[in-house]
Amino acid sequence: MIFGLPVISVAIWLPIIFGILVLATGDDKNAPLARILALVGSILGFLVTIPLYTGFAHDTSQMQFVELHNWIARFNIHYHLGVDGISVLFILLTSFFTPIVVLAGWQVIEKRVAQYMAAFLIMSGVMIGVFAALDAILFYVFWEAMLIPMFLIIGIWGGQNRVYAAVKFFLYTLLGSLLMLVALIYLYNQSGGSFSILDFHHVALPMSAQVLIFIAFFFAFAVKVPMFPVHTWLPDAHVEAPTGGSVILAAIMLKVGAYGFLRFSLPIVPDASHKLAGMMIALSLIAVVYIGLVALIQSDMKKLVAYSSISHMGFVTLGIFIFNAYGMEGALLQMISHGFVSGALFLCVGVLYDRMHSRNIADYGGVANRMPVFAAFFMLFAMANSGLPGTSGFVGEFTVILGAMKANFWYAFAAATTLVFGAAYTLWMYKRVIFGAVANPHVAELTDMNLREKTIFTILAITVLGMGLYPLPFSEIMHASVNDLLVHVAHSKLP
Amino acid sequence: MNLITNLMPAGAEIFLLVMVSVILIADLLIKQSGRLVTYMLVQLTLLGCSLLTVGTHENGVIHAFNNMYVDDLMSDVLKLLTYLAMSMVLVYSRQYLTVRGLFSGEFMALALFAMLGMMVMISANHFLTLYLGLELLSLSLYAMVALQRDSAVATEAAMKYFILGALASGLLLYGMSMLYGATGSLELGAVANAIQSGTADKNLLVFGLVFVVSGLAFKLGVVPFHMWVPDVYHGAPTAMTMLIGSAPKLAAFAFVARILVEGLQPLVQHWSGMLIILAIASMALGNITAIAQTNLKRMLAYSTIAHMGFMLLGLLSGGIEGYGAAMFYTVIYVLMSLGAFGMIMLLSREGFEADTINDFKGLNQRSPWLAFLMLLLMFSMAGVPPTVGFYAKFSVLNAVVQTGHIWLAVVAVLFSLIGAFYYLRIVKLMYFDTPESHTPIAVGSDAVLLLSINSLGVLLLGLLPGALMSVCAVAVQQSLLLH
Repeated sequence: MIFGLPVISVAIWLPIIFGILVLATGDDKNAPLARILALVGSILGFLVTIPLYTGFAHDTSQMQFVELHNWIARFNIHYHLGVDGISVLFILLTSFFTPIVVLAGWQVIEKRVAQYMAAFLIMSGVMIGVFAALDAILFYVFWEAMLIPMFLIIGIWGGQNRVYAAVKFFLYTLLGSLLMLVALIYLYNQSGGSFSILDFHHVALPMSAQVLIFIAFFFAFAVKVPMFPVHTWLPDAHVEAPTGGSVILAAIMLKVGAYGFLRFSLPIVPDASHKLAGMMIALSLIAVVYIGLVALIQSDMKKLVAYSSISHMGFVTLGIFIFNAYGMEGALLQMISHGFVSGALFLCVGVLYDRMHSRNIADYGGVANRMPVFAAFFMLFAMANSGLPGTSGFVGEFTVILGAMKANFWYAFAAATTLVFGAAYTLWMYKRVIFGAVANPHVAELTDMNLREKTIFTILAITVLGMGLYPLPFSEIMHASVNDLLVHVAHSKLP
Repeated sequence: MNLITNLMPAGAEIFLLVMVSVILIADLLIKQSGRLVTYMLVQLTLLGCSLLTVGTHENGVIHAFNNMYVDDLMSDVLKLLTYLAMSMVLVYSRQYLTVRGLFSGEFMALALFAMLGMMVMISANHFLTLYLGLELLSLSLYAMVALQRDSAVATEAAMKYFILGALASGLLLYGMSMLYGATGSLELGAVANAIQSGTADKNLLVFGLVFVVSGLAFKLGVVPFHMWVPDVYHGAPTAMTMLIGSAPKLAAFAFVARILVEGLQPLVQHWSGMLIILAIASMALGNITAIAQTNLKRMLAYSTIAHMGFMLLGLLSGGIEGYGAAMFYTVIYVLMSLGAFGMIMLLSREGFEADTINDFKGLNQRSPWLAFLMLLLMFSMAGVPPTVGFYAKFSVLNAVVQTGHIWLAVVAVLFSLIGAFYYLRIVKLMYFDTPESHTPIAVGSDAVLLLSINSLGVLLLGLLPGALMSVCAVAVQQSLLLH
């Protein structure tokens, strides 16, 4: 409680209320008002989450800022919110990116502005809800509610093939969610009538049940991460989504899946997690290596960044399933860093796309001649994406590789190839787009970034460099929770 | 027992019968231009019925007319919801019927007679009373479908409905006669006791049960007895479709629950197996066939089949969880289907039926508010939170998992996933496509207001579903499980 207000509830509902207000501004005649209201709402939304960081006690793995109220008494469902070292950073990441996507869509979005801005604000609140929910049904409600605005964002403001991508996105994720729902209901019945996630952590389950539950969770979370082989919706969704949609998708939504593994799969079914860790590691490494190679041959910038996201998320799942502190903290750091870096890269592609209306690498060349400031920023984020020391990308990848090395040399070896492939696909794309002579008359007409874009990129650049040079503020907050989770996972829950 | 106390449990029904007669006669004296007077009279009648139902409510289970009639919490709750649904049907369809020249005294009288039938079904405690209510409802509906007598499709639909409905009634009666032969009684409680005592001929009982379940399946419209549903939904004027697709489902739930749970509980292992097959077949065929539909009314018909299959999952799970979930599911389904058909009527105008899915193209550009309301309804039908459709599915799944049939829950969610596709397609048409026509949407403000309340209700109940869930659970507990 800060000033007597429940911080998490405010963080969830403030953006949603602003979203409804923005919707109420009506049609595009009032677009300027809608934009300003959205910006105010998103900045306020970010400010109210800051107490979660400043007031966070580092020395405990207990849930903090807990809110607990009865919701549906008949099924013992509660409005139960709280954060620990694992979830708190994602809430900040979410609220941090909302003003950025509002700014990113400031001029580009011309039709149905109010609906666009409102969708992002509402989604911001809902995603914070996903990270803060401690009741399984509350979690599920937020989890599913997240789909509706994203579906509309891709489908209304997306590119050529947006309808296909939107429907694919929705059905893929719904399949996973529905199986998870059955698993949650099963756990409810096994736990003696509680939907509290923390109670689920202590339910003894036989191995057969654990494996089935793990598979149900796997479908829900792996689709969101996305892990190989259920990743195919992501390139479609990313390519067709508007810039803001891609940013939120890459920066936040992918993290929801990995967060699910940490909050649900590992602590609820630890024995099955250990048993199936081999499969998870194999899938992660396939994602890292194979998807990295796939990224190399992409001719579409957004697709390239999308595949790069899948490859980087492979690191995250690898870190989670090697079950040591380096791996898990590395995974968390990698998630945060990937949020910043991939978000920034999608914004870079967005800057070019707004001017040229093309995502094809072949349509560019020599952009540095016309947009030097942009080229500098793009360089920084490209380097971060390839894991250059001094940027945030390095911290996470390096820690995961350290952890993998402790588990098995070959895991680390395979994972480390990403440093080569990642650099190859990112920098090769950068070279083809930015360097060289001015390729065609369209490029010659490009104008450099305006103040709005410079502001966004400066903030992101500071964050990426800051996290790369001094990661302690990010890592110290998660120590207690990660250690506690590892201890918990080490204990068998077989009856 | 003196006459008055005996009549009290049926007070609302008696009042309704008197009022229908009055309305029938009064309507003769009213010119077409003054039809609104009849309409107001009907709405007042519904209000009167609600007051009487609430007023005559007593705790516990009251039997009347030599145990042929029962007044309990479940019947009162379902009756109140039936009045509400009927009242909504009338508000939604007033303008639609007026421009088509169908807004007549006959329509309203038939609607009230149909409602009387539903009330008798809801409160029946005897095979004969059940049958009486069912036939009163069905005959009124046949006539209503045929009311638009210059329309070939409507007449065809009425004919199909009548023939198949009569066949189903025949099956049901045949099954009832066998049960009577085996148990020597037509009263539900006595039938249950006779079966329990073990004196009845088991073969005859199960044989009768098959016919009864088939008859019920016909009336519910579940596979393989679903053939009439798409044609009737499609062919009937939308107002009649709405009536058929809404309130009677509540009565059908009561009907099925009374026969199977109260009367044939000792045969539960036999009928729950049958219901599993019916439920899976309905969810499969309903959801898959709905994908191929281009007519929204037909699509909703197949969606009804799938929803009724899902509802059966609750019934066959048994216990307070199962029956409560089935009742909750039915109530929520009625609420959603009222909204969906209300939307079709709202977008229709003179000489134009907005009943193909392409009529919804670009609705977001023509009217963002209506598109948003439809979005809520569609996501609710698909079972996506935070709409109440999710809790309907959730409570049924919970009941299924509790009985240990986890595979059944998995099958159910997989078919829901398929179902989500065609609801999503409507959202896609409304939001992603450009409109085919730019005709302004001219609608009565009362209908828009009601639709807004209806759809926002779907959202609001989704945020706070607890109260309604508890009401359903308590109702089935007091009515079905205490004896």
